[in-house]
Amino acid sequence: MRLDDADRRLLRQMMADPALGTADLAERAGLTPATAWRRVERLGAAGILKGRHAVVDWRALGWAVEVSMRFTLDKTEPRAFDAFLAAAREVPEVIEIQTFLGRVDVRLSIIARDMGHYQEIYRDRILTLPHIADIEALMLVSTIKDSASLPL
Amino acid sequence: MIALDDLDRAILRARVADATESAGAIGRRLGLSQPATWRRLRRLEAAGVLRGERLALDAAALGFGVTVFLGVKLATKGRVSLEDFERAVTAIPEVQMVQHVLGVYDYRLRVVARDIADFERVLRRRIMTLPGVGDVEANVLLSEERRPGPLG
Repeated sequence: MRLDDADRRLLRQMMADPALGTADLAERAGLTPATAWRRVERLGAAGILKGRHAVVDWRALGWAVEVSMRFTLDKTEPRAFDAFLAAAREVPEVIEIQTFLGRVDVRLSIIARDMGHYQEIYRDRILTLPHIADIEALMLVSTIKDSASLPL
Repeated sequence: MIALDDLDRAILRARVADATESAGAIGRRLGLSQPATWRRLRRLEAAGVLRGERLALDAAALGFGVTVFLGVKLATKGRVSLEDFERAVTAIPEVQMVQHVLGVYDYRLRVVARDIADFERVLRRRIMTLPGVGDVEANVLLSEERRPGPLG
């Protein structure tokens, strides 16, 4: 699908405020509501717009600790990635799983209620994941920016 | 802190899966009336549990084929203010996410680029020139999945 300026204006406005309704979105993008709606549908049908998801603030639910755990896996084991990822999906406190090309193989975002709880998860659920060669932890202090915006 | 029951958790899961679904449609699946579902959604928003929405885009289809996570260490800690670094880094359009962390790095950045050559341009011209930037580690994102977390 080829994007024109109107598509890009729509996408920019949606990226800036994903919760906008069609009427406000159309106005900000300088289109009629009917045109805006048709174009949004078209972006969806083309697979460019894959949906809108609510963001949960875990801290507001009492999950005060978030840790980014970076793993290097034992690559002598051919099934290391699949086995590790399958086991990580079973840990309820894991909220994000990413795989990488680089020094880090897999990264998990893990949340916990407090440091004691984190230590418990770390010992009982994380260290027991299969085929770990090395672990490194980064404790989240604050999120300064977080958006899905692309420089269109 | 807000206490959640099973229905609240089910509503949160539904919103995370699809933020465009109406309160009426969510309620029908859960056996709740539209007004009752709507009241619960408002309560979750008021408590800060629902913190806005995120757009899911196919970045590759929009021409951004590469996502790289950077671990950044500040070179001259205590001399360059964190505020200066944060202000400069959040202004870079290719930087989608900035997190202040504790560990081997001071910041985690999520950077999008059109391709590896474009990433090199962003890294050299935008990232390496940031005030106080020291060691930088790059890992290219291969896959990612968000998990529902402890919402059951």
